[in-house]
Amino acid sequence: MSDVSASSGGDGGLSALSVSLRAVTKVYDSGVMALGPLDLAVRKGEFISLLGPSGCGKSTALRLIAGLAASSSGTVRVARHEGVPQPGHGIGFVFQEPTLMPWTSVRENVRLPLKLAGVAKREANARVDDALASVGLADFADAFPRELSGGMKMRVSLARALVTDPDILLMDEPFAALDEITRFRLNNDLLALWRGLRKTVIFVTHSVFESVYLSQRVVVMTARPGRIQADIRVETVEPRGEAFRTSAAYADYCRRVSAALAPSYSGQAVL
Amino acid sequence: MSAVPAKTTGNGALHAVRFVAPIVVFGAGLLAWELVVRIKEIPPYVLPAPSAIFLTLIKDWAVLSQSLATTLLTTLEGFIAAAIGGIALALLFNQSKWVEYSLFPYAVILQVTPVIAIAPLLLIYLEQQTAVVVCAFIVAFFPVLSNTTLGLNSVDRNLAGLFQLYGASPPQTLRFLKLPSALPYILGGLRIAGGLSLIGAVVAEIAAGTAGAGSGLAYRIAESGYRLNIPRMFAALLLLSLAGIVIYGLLALVSHLVLRRWHESALGKDT
Repeated sequence: MSDVSASSGGDGGLSALSVSLRAVTKVYDSGVMALGPLDLAVRKGEFISLLGPSGCGKSTALRLIAGLAASSSGTVRVARHEGVPQPGHGIGFVFQEPTLMPWTSVRENVRLPLKLAGVAKREANARVDDALASVGLADFADAFPRELSGGMKMRVSLARALVTDPDILLMDEPFAALDEITRFRLNNDLLALWRGLRKTVIFVTHSVFESVYLSQRVVVMTARPGRIQADIRVETVEPRGEAFRTSAAYADYCRRVSAALAPSYSGQAVL
Repeated sequence: MSAVPAKTTGNGALHAVRFVAPIVVFGAGLLAWELVVRIKEIPPYVLPAPSAIFLTLIKDWAVLSQSLATTLLTTLEGFIAAAIGGIALALLFNQSKWVEYSLFPYAVILQVTPVIAIAPLLLIYLEQQTAVVVCAFIVAFFPVLSNTTLGLNSVDRNLAGLFQLYGASPPQTLRFLKLPSALPYILGGLRIAGGLSLIGAVVAEIAAGTAGAGSGLAYRIAESGYRLNIPRMFAALLLLSLAGIVIYGLLALVSHLVLRRWHESALGKDT
């Protein structure tokens, strides 16, 4: 945590930045270099994808930004809200698995961040209802996680990340385990949410198609230790929808991103 | 039964067999026992017939019920001490590796040393009733300790990360994450501890019985043995078995009721 410093407003040119990583590395206790040196700047309200081969450290980068792990060197800066401190330091995190507490209801799961921050129950419940409504699960507040499908669990996880109204949403391959149809639907819903809320989203994925479809910028990472291989801006008519997914421009972007990703795989044994 | 589809009938019948079969075996065994005793005219001080045991149970109910109450109270006290002690020690171990490394070997030593060998020593140093409860505690606390420790160490890593992200305090993490995660394990430990505390109580009563002042069921068995009152030995044994079955059943029921909404172990196969 010591490397994570807060920069709040009035920071000169940095004020438009939401997250900035400078020469960040992560070396495991075993001596394995997992990440970096990595430089990354994400503007406020931007939707970026971190794309790379498995084991390249993209999840590690996300954990560093969230403050769940400490970097070995370099600086991680995360812009903070001015004024009232937010639960989770203004960060919402969606894990690869839904990561719900199985012993309690959907409502209690989504309320957790507020409960830990000591928000009064009445206010918290109102916010939980809003968050659940925003992911289309208003009717499932009293269900238990095991009663939900994989896609619904992921929505609950998303609602929990949104309930604190974070500035930054970190998503670690959230839809990787879902079937393609559910995944497409969640992609569209996520884009709709992002258009409405304009949060900074850093989305880790190993799917070229998903990264191009969702993000304004695709940051392609190299194999371990992960560094930035390419930074590709995806520009198209917003809002994106099925028309974009089937367009020639989309296919073109996918080709470019795939090409950028190819060297990362060349050194690896074929699995 | 005849109206339901074939497969269900098969399962239902199988289900019924699971209950009926042991009862039939029990009845047949009793009948054979009764017949052998009557035909061979075996005297009751060698082998009493089931009917004689049953009559003794009714005739001596005043004495036996009091002994049963004594043994059950000892068991309960030992069980509660084991539950509180085992869980508290596990929580302590979880807080500090130092404490765990310092104390765990002694918990193991206490567990592997046969309690029947410790009981006479305890009876020298402690008041009899205390010594008996301590025996029950010694036998029963280890499964609670080791299961709770296992449970506390089985917390989902991502959930722990989530609690860290939202700045949960150690007491919050314990209450909202660690204890609920460990609950199925704790209940499993308690289920074992229930039966073991009865065993501990009986062992201590037997050891104390020769010294004279006891009045529990095990003491009755020892005493009846000296007096060659074999039917009463069997009657006391029967009550001990029943007590063990009831204790197990109660704890299994509690476990089921607590876990039925979320834990795999308590979920019906049809859901």
